[in-house]
Amino acid sequence: MRRTFAILAANPLSLLGLVLVALVVISAVFADFIAPFPAHRGAVVDFANFNQPPQWPYIFGTDLVGRDLFSRIIYAYRISLVLGIVVLAIAVPIGVTIGLLAGYLGGWTEYLLMRLTDVFLSIPPLVLAMSIMGVLEPTLTNGMLAVTAMWWPWYARLVYNITRGEREEGYVLAAEVIGASRGHVIFREILPNCMPAVITKMTLDMGFVILIASSLSFLGLGVQPPTPDLGSMVAAGATYLPDSWWLTVFPGLAILVAVFGFNLIGDALRDILGADQ
Amino acid sequence: MTAPILRLSDVSRTFGTGDGAVHAVRSVSFDVAAGECLAIVGESGSGKSTLANMILGIYPPTTGEIALEGTVLPARRALAHRQAIQLVQQNPLSSLNPKRSIGATLRLALDVHGIGAPADRAAIVGALLEEVGLAAEYARRAPAALSGGQRQRVAIARALACQSRVVVLDEPTSALDVLVQARVLRLLDALRAERGLTYIFITHDLSVVRNIADRIAVFEKGRMIEIGDTETIFSAPSQTYTRRLISAVPVITGDELALRDKLAAHTKEDAP
Repeated sequence: MRRTFAILAANPLSLLGLVLVALVVISAVFADFIAPFPAHRGAVVDFANFNQPPQWPYIFGTDLVGRDLFSRIIYAYRISLVLGIVVLAIAVPIGVTIGLLAGYLGGWTEYLLMRLTDVFLSIPPLVLAMSIMGVLEPTLTNGMLAVTAMWWPWYARLVYNITRGEREEGYVLAAEVIGASRGHVIFREILPNCMPAVITKMTLDMGFVILIASSLSFLGLGVQPPTPDLGSMVAAGATYLPDSWWLTVFPGLAILVAVFGFNLIGDALRDILGADQ
Repeated sequence: MTAPILRLSDVSRTFGTGDGAVHAVRSVSFDVAAGECLAIVGESGSGKSTLANMILGIYPPTTGEIALEGTVLPARRALAHRQAIQLVQQNPLSSLNPKRSIGATLRLALDVHGIGAPADRAAIVGALLEEVGLAAEYARRAPAALSGGQRQRVAIARALACQSRVVVLDEPTSALDVLVQARVLRLLDALRAERGLTYIFITHDLSVVRNIADRIAVFEKGRMIEIGDTETIFSAPSQTYTRRLISAVPVITGDELALRDKLAAHTKEDAP
């Protein structure tokens, strides 16, 4: 615990990361109380105030149909976070289990699982997501499905590499000699030793999932209007640069804040948990 | 001598096939009496570790049989066979899971073999720790909080937790510094007397087993070239190779040096 604080204190950037992520999470959770115009997260039209530059009460300006950008960004954070959490909640257990099984069991299991992983890793992530979204309908659920499909292989490979090292450790041999089940050796002995690296990667990935999801919706393949999404907001405003700069700059900054924050925390966690894999 | 607890009949182990095949152990036969301490001595590559792994059932012999109390052990061992033969490894830094408490590590053996009522197992863990000279409250600690010698005591307690009758000691002291080595050897000797254990003591260093082993088997290039009482081996070795081993100043390998440095970095004052 003392070491944790020492590392945090020695590295002001990790404190900045903590502040940025706290900002994002608080906005997302308390969006209903923070957003000045909660109704603007939906299909509201207010042509009297459309395309306004930042001014009170629209501190980030308004979009092309007169909705408050600040309110929409706050609700977009909620979507982004839910998306990140759902994607990781599905991708991480799948990837970790595959990595553990391949790394510990070896032989044909290892061969099949890791070649499958390689196939997924060899397809550029955005291309894979775009083809999935192309075949299926571009909805939020399918967006999560697409991002999940491209995310689990990274965990499989990470955990596979750690497991191959841990398998040679004496404590694994000791458990085997005692007669512990494979399940015990894999999930109770080896898995805890993979967790620092997995938790670090999850934190870093929260940022990257948000970024990829934004990229998808920027291309029109993710969250669909009128649901607010940072990527689609940037896309919608891009045509009106540089005159209506607030349409792109504020959603863009919002993406930056989230991704940068999670990255800084991930780096700090790597130091604290000592996961250098 | 009483009936053999362990009998190896013509045991061989080959790794690989064809021209690349390595004959790690070549037709080795010997009996181990219950309560005996048999030292298996040889240089690295002599096949002593391969032999230990076969006795432990980590892999089966290519040919030949290993019998425990008259029953030939199958390639896939039953839990009862695993319970009977346990292991203490060389490196106490790696043999305890850093993410599990000492108590959880010892408890595993009790849970797997159903030793004691579940409610009593915490007390059994405490008693085991006291038996190896550690306080019962060490159960709550993580391995990182223990010195090399203390960890090796925990590893010994784990081997006892199964109520094993045969313990394979694979260089159990070579990663420890000399003073701790002597204490661990005394502990092993005392436990053997109290519990009536049988030891297979694997080492490259004859001087370590001089005081603890009843008999010594000398291995060279996969063959057992000599077996006899400790006194006979030391006073009248029949093989030149054995004479060389006896006269050799204990050699420390690079691995062990690195291990000792690592241990020294981790080691706090060892428990008396």
